[in-house]
Amino acid sequence: MQEFLIRIFPNVMSKLPGFYESIYETIVMVGWSGSISFIFGLILGICLTVTKKGGILQNNVIFKILDTVINFLRSIPFVILLASLITLTRLISGTSIGVEGAIVPLVFGTVPFFSRQIETALAELDPGLVEAAQSMGSGPMEIIFRVYLKECIPGIVRGTTITAISLIGLTAMAGAVGAGGLGDFAIRFGYQRNQIDVTYASVIVLVLMVSIIQIIGNIVVKKNSH
Amino acid sequence: MIIFENVSKSFEAYGKTVEAVNDVNLRLEEGKIHGVIGFSGAGKSTLVRCINLLEKPTAGKVILGNTEITSLPEKKLREERKKIGMIFQQFNLFSSRTVFQNIAYPLKHSGMKKNEIKDKVNSLLKLVDLHDKAEAYPSQLSGGQKQRVAIARALANDPKILLSDESTSALDPQTTKSILRLLKELNGKLGITIVVITHEMQVIKEICDNVVVMENGKIVEQGDVFQVFANPVKQITKDFVDSTSNLSMIHELIKDRVPIARLNEGECILKFTYIAHSASEALVSYISRKYNLNVNIIFGNIELIGEYPIGGLVSIVSGASEDITEAIEYLRNKDVEVEVILDARISH
Repeated sequence: MQEFLIRIFPNVMSKLPGFYESIYETIVMVGWSGSISFIFGLILGICLTVTKKGGILQNNVIFKILDTVINFLRSIPFVILLASLITLTRLISGTSIGVEGAIVPLVFGTVPFFSRQIETALAELDPGLVEAAQSMGSGPMEIIFRVYLKECIPGIVRGTTITAISLIGLTAMAGAVGAGGLGDFAIRFGYQRNQIDVTYASVIVLVLMVSIIQIIGNIVVKKNSH
Repeated sequence: MIIFENVSKSFEAYGKTVEAVNDVNLRLEEGKIHGVIGFSGAGKSTLVRCINLLEKPTAGKVILGNTEITSLPEKKLREERKKIGMIFQQFNLFSSRTVFQNIAYPLKHSGMKKNEIKDKVNSLLKLVDLHDKAEAYPSQLSGGQKQRVAIARALANDPKILLSDESTSALDPQTTKSILRLLKELNGKLGITIVVITHEMQVIKEICDNVVVMENGKIVEQGDVFQVFANPVKQITKDFVDSTSNLSMIHELIKDRVPIARLNEGECILKFTYIAHSASEALVSYISRKYNLNVNIIFGNIELIGEYPIGGLVSIVSGASEDITEAIEYLRNKDVEVEVILDARISH
C-alpha cells in the first residue's frame, strides 16, 4: 500500500506532514468561518424576511439597507474582497495572514451569500402558517423561532450545505493571502512546482469533504421532512 | 356579542384604494352560528379578520363582549386572540409537527404543566374524533382529518369565538358534511359562537342560525337564515338562493322547447314558492281536490332550513280556467308565492 501510494503520489508522500497540516488548516477555516457565518447569515436572513413588505415586522428602511449592503458585498469577487479587507482583518483578528487572517474575509464572503440562502428558505413558508400562528396569539419572536425556524429546517439545511461547499472553494482562494490550507498547498506545489500529483491529491480530499457535507445535509433534510 | 361599529378597511393596490369593507355596522349574537356569504372579493374574509384583527380596520370599532379590541395594545391583543379560534381553507397545520404537537402549539405559554397539556390535547383529540392519530404528521392525514386537527388546535385555549374561513371549500361533499356537523355539535356542546365565511349556500343552510350577505364590502342583507332566504330582497341573495335550487331551470326548458314543458290547451305552468312556514300543509292535494285540478309536478325543490321547509314546485296545472284562478288566489292567501310562467288557458 505504502509503495503503491509512493508510486502514484511521490511528491505528496515526501511531504506528508505538510499535506496533513493543510487539510487541518482547511477544516479549521471552514469550521470557524462557517460557524460565524451561520450565525450572522441566519440573523440577517431572518431580518430580511421579517422586514420585507408584508413581513411580520415590516420595515422598509431596514430592509432596503440590508438588501443594498448584501448586494454590494456579493458583487465583489472574493479575491478582491480578501485584499480590500486587510485593514479590517488586522483590526479584528490582529493579523492579516495565516488561518486567523483568512477567517474575517471568509466570513464577509460567506455571510451575504448565506443570508440570501436563508431568505430563500424562509420565503418558502406558507404565509397561511404565519397567519394561523398570529391567530393563536403568537408574537413576532415566537413566530420566528417556533414557525419560521422550525418549519423551514429542510430549506435552511439545504442552504447551509450549499454554503459550506462554496466556503470550501473560498478557502482555496484564501491561500492567496498565505492562509494555508489545501488550496494553498495545491498551488504552491502542484501548480508552481509542477508536481501534478499534489494537485490531484488535494482535489481528492476536497471532493471527499464536499461529499461528506452533502451526505450529512441530505440525511438531516430527510429526517426533518414530513 | 360581536359588535362592528362603522368598520371600514381599505387597501392600497396598484395606486388605487380598494374599500374591502365599507362602513359596516353589525351585531353578532353570542352562542349562535353566523354565516357570512358573498362572492369572492365581497370583503367577507376581511370583515371576519377584523374580529381577531389579523386585518386592522382603517376606521371604526370592533367590540367583543366588553372589550373594544380595536383599541388594545399589541400585547393585550395577543392575549385576546387566544380566546378567538380560527380555522382556514388550507388547514394551515405545521407540517414539521405531529398532530399532538400542532394542537399543543397554542398551549405553550398558557402556564399549563406538561401532563396537563397532554390531557388537554388528548381530550381535544377525542372531541374531534381523532384520538388514534396523535403521533401522525399532517401529510399522513386526509383533508377532513387535517381540518379536524385544525379545529382541535383552534379550540385549545377554550375560545369563546371560532372563526371559520372557507373551512370546507377544499373538501369533498361528504367530508364537508361531517365537518359542518362537527361545528354544529361544538356550538351545541360548548356554546361557542361560530362565524362561518363561505360562498356556498349549502353551508349556510346546513348549520347557520343567522346569515349576513355581503357585496362590495357592504352588508346587503342579514338576519335569520329562514327569513332571509324565504324572502330574499336583493338580487345577490336571490342568486344565492337559486344556486341551490333547480326551479329557475324551467325558463330554459321552455326556451329549448323541451317536450315536458310544452302545454296542451287549458294548461298552465305555475311556480309555487313557499315563503313562510307553509310547506308542511298538504296544499297540492287540497287544491286538486277542492278545485278539481290536475297538478303535474315537473320538478320541485324543498329543503329544510333549521326546522322549516323552504323551496318550491314547478308544475303543470290543468282544469277549468276560473278554477285555476281561484286556486291561485287560495294559495296566495296561504303565503305561497305563485308565479304563472306559461299560460295556455282558454279565456272565456
